[in-house]
Amino acid sequence: MGNVLSIILQRLALGLLTLLIVSIVIFVAVNMLPGDFAELILGQGATPEAVKSIREDLGLDQPLVSRYFGWLGGMLTGDLGTSFSQLNFQTNMGGGAGKTVAQQIAPRFANTMFLATVTAAIAVPVAVTLGILAALYRNTIFDRAANIFTLSSISSPEFFMAYVLILFFAVLNPILPSLSNIYDGMVFSDRLNKSLLPALTLTLVVTAHMMRMTRAAIINLLASPYIEMARLKGMSPMRVIVRHALPNALAPIINVVALNLAYLITGVVVVEVVFVYPGIGQLFVDSVKIRDIPIVQACCLIFAAAYILLNLTADVMSILSNPRLRHPK
Amino acid sequence: MTDTLLEICGLWLEGQSEEKWKPIINGVDLTLKKGEVLGLIGESGAGKSTLGLAAMGFCRDGVRISHGSVEFDGIDLLTASAAVKRGLLGKRIAYVAQSAAASFNPAHRIIDQHVEGPTQHRVMSRTESEADGMALYAKLRLPNPDQIGFRYPHQVSGGQLQRAMTAMAMACRPDLIIFDEPTTALDVTTQIEVLASIRDIVKDFNTAAIYITHDLAVVAQMSDKIKVLLKGDEVETADTRTMLSAPTQEYTKSLWAVRSFERPLKSPVVVGSIPSVSVQNIDAAYGKSKVLFDVSFDMHEGRTVAVVGESGSGKSTVARCITGLLQTTAGQISFGGEVMPANYRKRTKDQLRQVQMIYQMADTALNPRMSIGEIIARPVQFYLGLTGKAKRARVDALLDQIELEPSEYYNRLPSELSGGQKQRIGIARALAAEPKFIICDEVTSALDQLVAEGILRLLAKLQDDLKLSYMFITHDLATVRAIADEVVVMKDGRVVEAGPKKEMFTPPHHPYTDLLLSSVPEMDPDWLTNLLQERGVDNIGDAAVCKM
Amino acid sequence: MSFIFGTIICLAIIAGTAWAFRRLGQYGTGNAPQYRDMSFGVAFGYVLALVVLVWLGLAYVASLSSNTVVANKFFFLGVAINGFILFSIAAWLFRMIGRHVGTESTRKLFRVMPLTASFGVLIILVYAILAIFAGAIAPYGQDEILQGVAANIIPGGDPALGGDPAFPLGTDQIGRDIMSRLIYGAQNTVGIAFATTLLAFFIGGSLGFLAAVVGGWTDQILSRGVDVLMAIPSLIFALLLMTIASVWSSRLGIPLTVFMVLIIAVIDSTRVFRLARAVGQNIVVMDYIEAAKLRGEGMWYLVFREILPNATAPLLAEFGLRFCFVFLTIAALSFLGVGIQPPLADWGTMVRDSAAFINFAQFAPKAALTPLLAAGAIALLTVAVNFVVDWMLHRSSGLKE
Repeated sequence: MGNVLSIILQRLALGLLTLLIVSIVIFVAVNMLPGDFAELILGQGATPEAVKSIREDLGLDQPLVSRYFGWLGGMLTGDLGTSFSQLNFQTNMGGGAGKTVAQQIAPRFANTMFLATVTAAIAVPVAVTLGILAALYRNTIFDRAANIFTLSSISSPEFFMAYVLILFFAVLNPILPSLSNIYDGMVFSDRLNKSLLPALTLTLVVTAHMMRMTRAAIINLLASPYIEMARLKGMSPMRVIVRHALPNALAPIINVVALNLAYLITGVVVVEVVFVYPGIGQLFVDSVKIRDIPIVQACCLIFAAAYILLNLTADVMSILSNPRLRHPK
Repeated sequence: MTDTLLEICGLWLEGQSEEKWKPIINGVDLTLKKGEVLGLIGESGAGKSTLGLAAMGFCRDGVRISHGSVEFDGIDLLTASAAVKRGLLGKRIAYVAQSAAASFNPAHRIIDQHVEGPTQHRVMSRTESEADGMALYAKLRLPNPDQIGFRYPHQVSGGQLQRAMTAMAMACRPDLIIFDEPTTALDVTTQIEVLASIRDIVKDFNTAAIYITHDLAVVAQMSDKIKVLLKGDEVETADTRTMLSAPTQEYTKSLWAVRSFERPLKSPVVVGSIPSVSVQNIDAAYGKSKVLFDVSFDMHEGRTVAVVGESGSGKSTVARCITGLLQTTAGQISFGGEVMPANYRKRTKDQLRQVQMIYQMADTALNPRMSIGEIIARPVQFYLGLTGKAKRARVDALLDQIELEPSEYYNRLPSELSGGQKQRIGIARALAAEPKFIICDEVTSALDQLVAEGILRLLAKLQDDLKLSYMFITHDLATVRAIADEVVVMKDGRVVEAGPKKEMFTPPHHPYTDLLLSSVPEMDPDWLTNLLQERGVDNIGDAAVCKM
Repeated sequence: MSFIFGTIICLAIIAGTAWAFRRLGQYGTGNAPQYRDMSFGVAFGYVLALVVLVWLGLAYVASLSSNTVVANKFFFLGVAINGFILFSIAAWLFRMIGRHVGTESTRKLFRVMPLTASFGVLIILVYAILAIFAGAIAPYGQDEILQGVAANIIPGGDPALGGDPAFPLGTDQIGRDIMSRLIYGAQNTVGIAFATTLLAFFIGGSLGFLAAVVGGWTDQILSRGVDVLMAIPSLIFALLLMTIASVWSSRLGIPLTVFMVLIIAVIDSTRVFRLARAVGQNIVVMDYIEAAKLRGEGMWYLVFREILPNATAPLLAEFGLRFCFVFLTIAALSFLGVGIQPPLADWGTMVRDSAAFINFAQFAPKAALTPLLAAGAIALLTVAVNFVVDWMLHRSSGLKE
């Protein structure tokens, strides 16, 4: 078991290292902005105080490396800086407490997590079950139809799925609302109701991917000689699947699920924009448009961290479920 | 109440390739009595495995039964319901697969998979079956029979796993066991254990068996009757002793005669002559682990040195050192007296030209996207600088030398050729460079015996015509006997024994050489019994046990 | 609530029917194998499929009814079913023509092609023609604001509903012809996506093969670099870089689209790198490569004569997949407003501009068609390419066995 532990710790360390390097990449990318970008961003209404404030905040007069560590330190302690949009507003209105980046991001992040959780709760069981069924009934009409459906689903842009769903479930048959304007302090069922349509859109896309990958993994598994051996021992199909296939299928399925949840991160951006869902994706897009650099940086880092974490989980899970590593020679 | 256990009548099987169904088995009959052992012999592609599985009423994906009947103890397996068949499989008919490592579920312990059969078929309780399993392991001479079952498959070696699989097949005391090439993937020395165990246990429990293999000598040891298959057709069936002494069909006779090819002995090497390749005290390592220890031998012009050893002995590694792919950490290699740089990148084109290699697997040795002509033409152009008509003429001449019609084969692709033909192309490519010395890395190991014989004869002829030296790497002693002038025996990266062929095959030997030589099955049905008696039934060679 | 209740009742009825169906089948055919061994799940599947087909048929009939309220409700379903039937027939005809016309090798290809793949090839051809000859096919210019033409003309060409026969698909809010914009969209979106994919392939492919053949430190450094770049989700990374690019773009006067092509090409080349490296490594261990190396062949010969010809099948399939991904990313970026900029016509931007019309679907369904058409155009091409790639992969894996 000690062997497994050391491998996991190794992976964890690698993940943290990757995150660190990613933060450097983000920082370097941002610093490729032209020197006078502060004026550019604030536009015509740039007051000298605002410009000076931005320069100070970002420490533009300090060398690159110390700036980086300052930013990183801030990240780790939760001080993500002050958002530009708030900055402008604040100075123009003559002071008063402006929102920091952290204050803006936190509630949005919570909302996105809610959406992601609802999606995962629906998508994962459905996709895995369908994938296993498709693998078992391989090359039947059911499998072929499922193949065409999932292929069409993963080929369609998220906004297409979103608008089609809005059309059918919000406009033509008003079952669910097409605008997801949730806010703090809402009743849970109301919140769920408003989030259901975006969650359904995401589910459709993610399920398709997951189902295809699960199917491929199970088919690969079912071709193994030990499955044939179990059949030749006269075991019932149910027993072959449950006792022989499933224990070995756990690793590839978990891998698939974790990878697709990582994919969820990118899907969430477009869906939040279509449904005007107040999550971190929409915040990111809005900030990109108005070039609010601190928020863009912070969001980017958060997305990357989530992505790396999920990939790490996939990796660790598949290590844990490998019997060769759990019981070494 | 007849004695007949299994009756297969006029069975036709078809296999699917690219949307079309092609026949694999063409109307084969098979009868098996209770307690009888039938050896099913044939080359790869003859359909033996498919037939073996069909005897259980089972077809793999992409295979179907088109005509015929399979009757097991009066039950028609082809029309029985799925439930009836499941009741028979594992309980009254069992299967032992070729690769035990792949056929055990890596997620469960060995004993759990063993007791699954009896408990699910309600033949024994779990405790009974566990105890029975441990008794079987003891009977099959597995080490620590009480504990080995509680290990996971990957913690146990190949030969032991094969025997555990035999025990698992025996768990319900079936009436019939199908053995599908159970010892093909094992080393010669390990093979003995498994063969002996299988033969004894089948006799003790009076189980009928179908033993599928392509090795003639093995089938002679194990079976009462032999049936020969060729490309899905039945060639001949007779009881063992009759078939070995007096085969009736041409094909059967040709199979038996295979092992008779042997080159005449050459005169000994002139003392003091410069060897064409000299390996002197080389050491080599992969990263930190050392794989070759002080290896030395010489190869002379027009002679063949056979380097023998089991897997892991270092024979292929020596070849890689000679070609310069693996840098030696000590010692040196010289061609015709000239010391070669250890790294192939530092050698000149002419130095590289002198030694050529022929590989074991023709599928990966030839570029699938190049035509035969292009493959052979490249070294002609690269080394000899020939182009146009001269190049084409040279390629045609080479194709002639390897006994393939030039106009027919020049534009073909490797995928259209058989294994033996592809290997000939490999030889032509090596010859095209006009080398002094060719390394043959297990070139006949993947081929069937008849085809292999053809290749060996060709190589012998080429050596006589062109005065080539060969380094022949192999694990098959029959090949050594056929083609070698000198023999080098290797084990674990060291040279154990070396010398002219005649010396090697007459005692006294190094104990390991002795073990190797005696482990090769002979065509005599009593060979195994005699060997076991010689070695003492319970301790079959210390060296062999170490390998476990 | 009643919705959920109703669904449960329906499922129960279907389950009962399935059980009865299996029983009758066994009874009627004297226990033939297909009914005897039929599991409950399969029977359930059959009955469910039947129910869905019947419902679709009824919905289609309803969409054709003269009662406008009912017709509107099922309008889109009707359009979808019409489209499905149209495409199936077109694909079948196309395949039949392909089986009889053309060279020996193309005819053989069409013979083994499944219907989905022929549909895919047909769509790709149509899009390619539209993209290349957009100038000749489109009736109006892509940003041509026609004098005296009203804005927001409804598609359908029916003056009574607000349409105009001269503009079968209507005009957008500034008065530009939508059909022409859709056709030019093919040229812009597809063309830019194609160019980006080619660039990504060139960069990723050559670096990947280099890493596979040379190995050692080069391989390590490149692989670690690619790992880091792949640790950031691609859309997010693209958005981040586009933010930077948008500032530089206005500064240097280079259109944002050029930056977009470069950014997406670099981000996507990482995936191509991974594949090329994996494929290259698989080939490099083959004996014939070793034989070539031992001959003393140079890097150029090794890569171009020995390795590349054997890598075409997986690379081609990957090209298709990468194209889809790039195409969808560009569409998403344009939809979000940071992709292809006006005045270039682009499907993603068109979806964004006309998205509000969806809300009028119940009263004037034809108005809601515009955003769906643009988004559908994107989906259709991606689906088509995926079908073709799926078939290619199926073939090459089957051939290996």
